Amino acid sequence: MTSLLEPNIDIALIPILETVADPEIPVLTVLDLGVIREAVEENGLVSIKLTPTYSGCPAMDVIGDDLKAAFAKNGMKAEVTLILSPAWSTDWMSEAGKRKMEAYGIAAPLEESADKAVLLGNAKLVKCTNCGSTNTHLVSQFGSTACKALFKCDDCQEPFDYFKCLK
Amino acid sequence: MKNENLYNYILGIADNSLILGQRLGELCGHGPNLETDIAMTNINLDLIGQARSYYQYAGKLTGQDKSEDDIAFLRLEREYRNVLLVEQPNTHFGYVMVRQFLFDMFHFMLMEKLQHSKDETLVAIANKGIKEVSYHKRFSSDWIKRLGDGTAESNAKIQEAINDLWRFTDEFFQLTEADKAMVEVGIGVDVSKLKEDYYKKVSEVLEEATLQTPENKYFTKGGKEGLHTEHMGYILAELQYMQRTFPNMTW
Ligand SMILES: [Zn+2]
Repeated sequence: MTSLLEPNIDIALIPILETVADPEIPVLTVLDLGVIREAVEENGLVSIKLTPTYSGCPAMDVIGDDLKAAFAKNGMKAEVTLILSPAWSTDWMSEAGKRKMEAYGIAAPLEESADKAVLLGNAKLVKCTNCGSTNTHLVSQFGSTACKALFKCDDCQEPFDYFKCLK
Repeated sequence: MKNENLYNYILGIADNSLILGQRLGELCGHGPNLETDIAMTNINLDLIGQARSYYQYAGKLTGQDKSEDDIAFLRLEREYRNVLLVEQPNTHFGYVMVRQFLFDMFHFMLMEKLQHSKDETLVAIANKGIKEVSYHKRFSSDWIKRLGDGTAESNAKIQEAINDLWRFTDEFFQLTEADKAMVEVGIGVDVSKLKEDYYKKVSEVLEEATLQTPENKYFTKGGKEGLHTEHMGYILAELQYMQRTFPNMTW
């Protein structure tokens, strides 16, 4: 088995992949999310290996269909396989993606130890997406989707989502 | 079926996730507040997602092109392998959290060990699942501490739930025929070896929550062999209604 820690993506396919967005965080493309582990073309057939963020993430079925539709629009047939191993990690999100996510109103994942500290309520490190203050607190470990936690800013009072670190 | 033991072994793990997921799903829109409501449905989603991965794998093993839906929806009660704990009803929020906590502590330990299975697919599911289960465990443990170490009323209600559900915990550590066969070939986890550590870790949380660890030695079992409590039929009636009324329906 080849390692998929480094995704194997044909450069020629990137412009098409970039048109497919996460249905729940539409500012992020599937490449920003890091869920495409392989995309290669052979004799007009594109085979894609997609890994879910969370096991039950309902966005995955939609992303699979959107990928097929995006390639169909470019006259190519795509085949999407869902793979579980290696398991997705927030480390695979692109830096550009993290910045876009913050501008969209979702705080980007901190690194592992900082993440643990904020989710246990031991540290104030999550930056409010509205005013930038780190004077924020955890409201709920689970937010609007499984991948997020709900925070609230104690300076501007804005409630916001934080994308949890997954490693 | 060539891999009947493996098939049954997988269902033994998957059915726990499916049935507990179904129980949590019943609470959608009924949580005590918005945050806990969302948390319980998120945990449900993780569990159903894990169950899907197991059933997809099990479906391939049957060699008859069985789908995940066929396995999830079209079995008889006696063919479900989940432990009795997960089918226990949603009474009050504290009860739901105790059921969750007692399961999460076991589930986490099982996933830890399953990561070292000789079966590549099970390893992949466990590697993914353990990250999710660690969040579940943290959520339910926090609630046990908060309610146990809360008011006199919350403490009494939680203690009562623990006393009531405790009798289902020993079943986690029973080995079925499929378990034994899979342990032998290095695929399955020998759950009987997790027992001591489980009770130790559970007691630590209970102590922190100012709760008593029950001392009863009477345990109920049967779920893993398909002998369920009276609650199971109601769960399946709801779970299977659509597929049985409109066979092969899709939307
Ligand atoms: Zn703010």
